[in-house]
Amino acid sequence: MDHLQNNMGIVMSIILIFTSAAFTDNILLTRFLGMCSCLGVSRKVGTSIGLGLAVIFVTASTAALNFLVYQYILIPLGIGYLRLITFIVIIAAFVQLVEMIVERVSEKLYYALGIFLPLITVNCAILGISLFMLNKPYSFWQAFAFGAGGGFGWFLAITIIGGIREKIKENELPRGLEGPAITLIIIGIMALAFVGFSGMIKI
Amino acid sequence: MIPGSILFSIGISVGFLLATGLILAALLIVAEKKILNYGACRIDINEGERRLEVPGGGTLLSTLGENNIFIPSACGGRGSCAYCKVQVTEGGGMVSPVEEPHLGAEERKNQIRLSCQVKVRKDIKIHVPKELLSVRKYRGKLLHKRPLTYDIVELRIELLEPNNIDFVAGQYIQLESEEYNGHDRVMRAYSMSSLPSDKSHVELMIRKVPSGICTTWVFEHLREGQEVTFSGPYGKFHISGTDAEMIFIAGGSGMAPIWGMLRDLKERGIMRKATYFFGALTQKDLFFVDELAKLQQEVSWFRFIPALSNEPAGSDWKGERGLITDVVARYMPDCSKQEAYLCGSPGMIDACIKVLKKGGMTEDRIFYDKFA
Repeated sequence: MDHLQNNMGIVMSIILIFTSAAFTDNILLTRFLGMCSCLGVSRKVGTSIGLGLAVIFVTASTAALNFLVYQYILIPLGIGYLRLITFIVIIAAFVQLVEMIVERVSEKLYYALGIFLPLITVNCAILGISLFMLNKPYSFWQAFAFGAGGGFGWFLAITIIGGIREKIKENELPRGLEGPAITLIIIGIMALAFVGFSGMIKI
Repeated sequence: MIPGSILFSIGISVGFLLATGLILAALLIVAEKKILNYGACRIDINEGERRLEVPGGGTLLSTLGENNIFIPSACGGRGSCAYCKVQVTEGGGMVSPVEEPHLGAEERKNQIRLSCQVKVRKDIKIHVPKELLSVRKYRGKLLHKRPLTYDIVELRIELLEPNNIDFVAGQYIQLESEEYNGHDRVMRAYSMSSLPSDKSHVELMIRKVPSGICTTWVFEHLREGQEVTFSGPYGKFHISGTDAEMIFIAGGSGMAPIWGMLRDLKERGIMRKATYFFGALTQKDLFFVDELAKLQQEVSWFRFIPALSNEPAGSDWKGERGLITDVVARYMPDCSKQEAYLCGSPGMIDACIKVLKKGGMTEDRIFYDKFA
């Protein structure tokens, strides 16, 4: 019985970590990371979803990968301070590899997801998630949930931004506000809304 | 004295970074070889007119280029210029999001693709305009560069490798500039003014474009005796096979293809009636006037009409004055039986087409080469 309760606790904590990473700690709207690709690609919902899905996949898998490298190589060797540079290299190599595999395996998937992968090699949201997860004493699955949740939050934010931008495309704006300027204002207003979530979940 | 423990951790850090870098780099190289290796693929061009066997994995544009088939391309394969369109009837795969904005509904129906975005992954069938198959890359030596006016030069290039070119009067080549002052190499199109029978030389007329990358290179950096590279011949601008009377209209360096065509007609003994309207601003923009007047005396079928639009009223100019479109309308009020050959800026060509249509000429009788 104790064992079962323990398991329940772990599952609950994973769900909580996922939700808090996606909403209360939204990486795009509360930490303003991953801005450049967000501004560049959020012109349409379709491409926003494509890029967002690619980000979810990459954040979740690199969070897990970087967690293992950190816990089982960097810490035992006593070189935890190299985590930043190590994570950058691992993320870049991983993204390249995934791009190659996707290109080979499925053309459909490649055009839906693959062409966005080079864009996120240097997406700071992904590096941010890998670094932030080390601030808490997470287990492997919790780290994975944090990565997936962070990616999902980014996906959610860029999809909404894409939807709003598509809606206001025909509207007339003062010239100085067109494009990235109005997008930043939209993101700011959305960030205010997301601040409302903060403090709802404590982890 | 540095304590040993610090040396030790520096060693571990450096070793770890080196090892990670090497392992990942090796992994990626192996992966690229293994995963992206598509083996040998066959490219069938124009239903068996040419068959290529190529290593797969590259883009169609670069693979064809490696096999000496040069599809025109200005952006270098980034999918932004949309010059490199070809028809891919089999094995082209899906249309990528990069291509989508460049393809209209009609083109999509005809399976037109951007060859820089199509990857050669399997056997593939394509259709390209026949003349592209004879396009080659040439190396030549600049024999002379002589000013025709204050802003137009004539280049005469001797072909080195390959040493002869087959083309039709009116076609153009793409001249490649060299790097200078931080400008990259660029390819720019120039019509040939030389005779098709002179297979070992190419002549061009180049007008200086203010801050143009290639023309500035030609005017300020290119020296006689220097080696140049270009590809060609390209283009469908040439004399038709009918015997209708011809109206040529061109000003400035637009004379290049027409100078080639006129001399080609003379050489081949073709006696079609022809009138050349040469539009210029003032007398100092005129060139080859004596040569053209001489041609008019030598053959019965040719008439040369230079016209100036900005010549000062009291000058010694005895020829026509006014906009070239007005002069054409005055000489050819009814041009429904003639064919027209136009060469020059898009604005000038559009204005001429308007005048010719007013005179009763149908669009299928108007041929032009826009210098855009």
